[in-house]
Amino acid sequence: MAETKEKSLSDEKPKPRVRPIVRLGIFLISHSFLVSIVCCTAGVLALFLLPVLAKNTYISENALMPGSASPMLSNQHVSDGNRLVKDLTNPNSKSSETGIESHKIIAQYMLDLGAEVSFHKFHPQMNQFHPLHFFSSPVSGKIQENYSCSSYGINTVGIIRAPRGDGKEAIVLVTPYNALKSGFGEALSLGIAYSVFSLLTQVTWLAKDIIWLVADSQYGEYAAVAAWLREYQTPKFSSLSTPNAEMCPDVNNLFELKGHSISGSKFSNSFRRAGTMAAALVLKVRDQNEQFEDTISIYAEASNGQMPNLDLINVVNYLAVHRQGLRVNVEKLWPLLNSSWLKSLGEIFESLAKVAKSLYPKWKFGIPATEYVEGTATLASSLYYQALGVPTGPHGAFRDYQVDAITLEISPKFSLDKVWRNDILLRGGRLIEGVIRSVNNLLEKFHQSFFLYLLTSPSKFVSVGVYMIAFALLIAPLPMVAASLYVDANSSSNCSKGDSSTPSAITDTDEHGIAIRSWSPTTSFMIWVLLSILSLLTLNSVLASPLACAKATQEKEWALVKSVTISSVFIGLGLMSVINFATAEIGALLMVPMCLLARPLKLDVRAGTLRSFCRLICNLVLGHIAFPPAAFFLLKGMLDGFGNANVGDFWMWVESLWAWNSATYLFIGMVQLPCWVLCVSILFHTC
Amino acid sequence: MVLLQRPHILLLLIGTHQFLQCWIAFGSVNEEGQKQEEFSEELLLKPLPDHKLLAHFHFQSSGPPSTSNGCHHHLFPKAISQLVQKFRIKEMELSFTKGRWNYESWGGFDPLSSSNAKPPGVELWAVFDVPQHHIDASWKNLTHTLSGLFCASINFLESTATYSTPEWSFPPASGNVRYGTLPCEAVCTENLTPWLKLLPCRDKAGIALLLDRPSLYRGFYHSQQLHLTSTGSSSEGIDSGIILEQTLTVVLQPNSEMAIEVHASEKHIQPSWSLSSIFGKQVSGRCVLAKPSSVYLLLDRGLSAANGLTSENFWSNPSFELSANPDRIFLEESSSHSKSLSILYMFQVEKYCESEPFDIGLMWKVPVAWLCQQTPLHASRFLMGSGNERAAIAISLKSTQFTEGFMSANSKDGSCELRVDVFQVVPWYVKVYFHSLRVFVDQQPRAVSDIIEKIHVSPSKDKMSPGVMEVVLKLPCRVNTAALTIEFDKGFLRIDEYLPDANQGFDIPSAIISFPNFHASMVFLEDDSLNKSPLLSKFQEKCPVMSYTEVLLVPLTTPDFSMPYNVITITCTVFALYFGSLLNVLQRRVAEEERFLKAKAAKKTGRLPLLLSKLSAKLRGSGINQN
Repeated sequence: MAETKEKSLSDEKPKPRVRPIVRLGIFLISHSFLVSIVCCTAGVLALFLLPVLAKNTYISENALMPGSASPMLSNQHVSDGNRLVKDLTNPNSKSSETGIESHKIIAQYMLDLGAEVSFHKFHPQMNQFHPLHFFSSPVSGKIQENYSCSSYGINTVGIIRAPRGDGKEAIVLVTPYNALKSGFGEALSLGIAYSVFSLLTQVTWLAKDIIWLVADSQYGEYAAVAAWLREYQTPKFSSLSTPNAEMCPDVNNLFELKGHSISGSKFSNSFRRAGTMAAALVLKVRDQNEQFEDTISIYAEASNGQMPNLDLINVVNYLAVHRQGLRVNVEKLWPLLNSSWLKSLGEIFESLAKVAKSLYPKWKFGIPATEYVEGTATLASSLYYQALGVPTGPHGAFRDYQVDAITLEISPKFSLDKVWRNDILLRGGRLIEGVIRSVNNLLEKFHQSFFLYLLTSPSKFVSVGVYMIAFALLIAPLPMVAASLYVDANSSSNCSKGDSSTPSAITDTDEHGIAIRSWSPTTSFMIWVLLSILSLLTLNSVLASPLACAKATQEKEWALVKSVTISSVFIGLGLMSVINFATAEIGALLMVPMCLLARPLKLDVRAGTLRSFCRLICNLVLGHIAFPPAAFFLLKGMLDGFGNANVGDFWMWVESLWAWNSATYLFIGMVQLPCWVLCVSILFHTC
Repeated sequence: MVLLQRPHILLLLIGTHQFLQCWIAFGSVNEEGQKQEEFSEELLLKPLPDHKLLAHFHFQSSGPPSTSNGCHHHLFPKAISQLVQKFRIKEMELSFTKGRWNYESWGGFDPLSSSNAKPPGVELWAVFDVPQHHIDASWKNLTHTLSGLFCASINFLESTATYSTPEWSFPPASGNVRYGTLPCEAVCTENLTPWLKLLPCRDKAGIALLLDRPSLYRGFYHSQQLHLTSTGSSSEGIDSGIILEQTLTVVLQPNSEMAIEVHASEKHIQPSWSLSSIFGKQVSGRCVLAKPSSVYLLLDRGLSAANGLTSENFWSNPSFELSANPDRIFLEESSSHSKSLSILYMFQVEKYCESEPFDIGLMWKVPVAWLCQQTPLHASRFLMGSGNERAAIAISLKSTQFTEGFMSANSKDGSCELRVDVFQVVPWYVKVYFHSLRVFVDQQPRAVSDIIEKIHVSPSKDKMSPGVMEVVLKLPCRVNTAALTIEFDKGFLRIDEYLPDANQGFDIPSAIISFPNFHASMVFLEDDSLNKSPLLSKFQEKCPVMSYTEVLLVPLTTPDFSMPYNVITITCTVFALYFGSLLNVLQRRVAEEERFLKAKAAKKTGRLPLLLSKLSAKLRGSGINQN
């Protein structure tokens, strides 16, 4: 903008020479149409090229040394684990209503190993929305008033102190477990964790303490882990006369353990801690198994698109594939796998790569079309879950405290066979042992590898330096177009300077603040839409009535509005890319074409040429797509089929964003919706 | 003596006056019989409740005042005496520790644990007998000397940012104390070997023969200490006797290779052990220079109570069997706050020789479970908060079963108070806000002035000195839990101030929690032989109960360490741009150029000169542009 002003000033006075940078700026601004077309196409193309550009992962931190030691987990430990699984699936242990029996069993097993055991009681806490607390944990300021003895969860925590360690660091192993209705998978995950735990009590190489958290998942896995972490990191020393979990009669039964008298000092009802957490692993075993081979799924996305260090995923991937022979999976958008257009795009890239290779044999960048499709599906889901800002598992709670964590979900192939069970216990246990051993080797915390990346397969990733290009190309034309529009409007009518600011008052459309609780999602959504439209119309009529302006300025007013819109979109996207890149990327895909194309419909209708007709159609289509609910339905319909799409879904989706403290919620409310409204007002501009 | 009777011959033989003096002086001391150089070696074994065994080696050398025998020593290590003389050390303690002392299962109330449980890494404190303004210089020299003596990086304690001056909370209370710790120092054989060199027999004979490196470092806790006390007149400094105590405390797991078997079958029975099974070696006689050379087996109060041992039946105990007959048995003097008594079995190494080595073993016959006596309050310390900006240190104190018993006995008068001293040093990059100190007693927030009796704070200075906080808490006796929290900012460091492995985080050294009202001492029934044993007389000293908290690891923000390169590149670019444009501006004459252009426009010259001038203008212009 500054450059253009300079330029406009310099036009009037005959100056001998203009600086080349200014000349370049003027050139770009004057050709902004061409520039924007080129940049946008390149941006979209670069996004689709990302699976081709993905690099193979490699273990960056030398100290990890995964797989350098042979696994020590033997059949002895596996049979120990099996014993626990049997005891837990035994119908006798489930007789109790609250599931306290199974917690006692687990605690007793831990005590027998010589670990320090404690119970952590918690009340499920409602999520509260904290705007601008994207990367820090929510402050546990507010204390819930209505605790009741009926609703509390019990986490069982076992700690092994490293025999020769200094206790400054700890590794956390989490197994979610619902004592009331536990499936076989949960019991099996406990079995795996127990066999590893029993090995770790005997080994001499431990340098970091090991915490095994059996998270009570009856109120959700995330809530249990988050409650434990909250107590670990930000304990409250004062209890303000609210009824505590300790006062409930059931809870006190917990402490009457058999082992209490023998190794009494090992068990305590107070909260136990180890040092700073180095890494955390969440282990789950899926109940239903539809896979053809033993697979292990990695979930890594935490809140607001934060990812654990890539090295953690690399270690798991390396050990699972090369040592334990498990197939590693990361989340994919399955519907994309069958899409034909993606396949043909992949084939085009493949043939292009072939041509390139025939031209110069050292150019090897092509990947097979099927791989491309899979990579794109993985990349899309990676982008989507990062953009959503909602953690994909209990590991998300750790990221709030800057602890690298991932969820491993093992889905075995057969079921309920004794041999098979031992096999999965052995392989799962050895995998966990290997990962823990690698993390244990670490001298420093994870810092060598990437934190900003997108996965295209478990062993391929796109780093920030590459995927930034697509986004940068998408938003690069925005300032130029804004500048050119401003210059045009300014040069044609000098009087409009004072009026150019008025339309921006329309941006006030954030109606989400109205809390509507009691209605169904569909009605709530409808009410929200009505209220928004109503308030928008009133505001529009009060603040920005177009009649107030003189006729002369109105002709170019839409150009100024568009200029303002584009610059605000640019600023919004730029800010969002710092907070959550994936959101900004998807937002840019939706909004940039709409903003660039927006033109009053009246003008196009009046012109009546083919070109203007095309533009009119494009405008109408983009105007619909960029409306967040519409975009949501379109995506959902494309992925799940339009029959399932429900109007209330969007409301639920937004509510989940709100509950999980997602920055995407703010982005939709403060950038996307206002800009969409501005664009629509341009489309329906009366000129 | 023969020589002394004939001094003339000696004089002729040696021919130096000084030597004669030395000999005479030595002879006189010998005749006095009091101020002889002495060396003692002792080993104390103590079974611990969690199937482990504590071995405590105690070597003591005492050097008499040095004026009496000049600068020469028979037994006393010369390096140490020179050190004491040079730096005028009144008292000094250096400890190398690996592993953590488990206060809950290994106890914290007996003299053994309260003086030998040390924080991980290196801890050094020293009291100097020099004027105030010389102390820091002495300390610096001392750290360098010790660093050379013990092959450790003690010299890092030299900088003022690493050591502190406790005012009154640190036990040897006086203004001349300097205290420093290195929590991340790795301790290994290279530190043990120079330590052993100070012993007259090294590890070639006597009890020190047991110090087999692999079995020592396989242990769960390993603390090697050096305690120096110089006695005698202080102001002259030169003529003072020195007592050097070298102790090594290890906690070992007997027959760990049979752990699985034990785990499977009888897991509650304590493992049986013998010296040869733990250390892989036997004692083949005493170090000939050691005066008392003995091995003790200590059954502490809890264990003897669990065994049903009383002063009557301790000879015929039913639950365990000793492989060697003890030479003496000591009973603890009954104390006020405990019914059961500790029992000490003594074995004299002198009786054994090469052909018949000493090897004591203990066989448990029935499962025994007991608890060690714990500190009045169990202290633990942890970090609170998340993020790279702020955090808080919390010290939480919890009552143990000992307190419950003791307090109920003592608090008849109602107004009973428990005094707790807290000594905390924080490095300067942990910027503690002392005003944010908060106290919670039994989960209720309390006013700081109610609980804290005395507080001494010296705020940290950036890169200069660490922050020191000394607090005296007065807690009600029936307290269940108490907590102290204090907030801090995590500082930003310059790139050269980061330690190696900066991404690991930074250590906050252990806090010292002491209970001055309680004294850990073990008084055994009076006997003449007790006076000879330095270990037992050390047990009888009243030392306040002390415990160390965990070392904390604070992750600080670390820069990308390739940053200097980036900074250099950026700076160079900025400089190049700046100077380029500045030169451009300085060189250009705007008015001149305009005039020239006007003149050119006015002049209508021929084609060739016009072309030439255009070309030259373009060349010049492009040249400027490139600048």
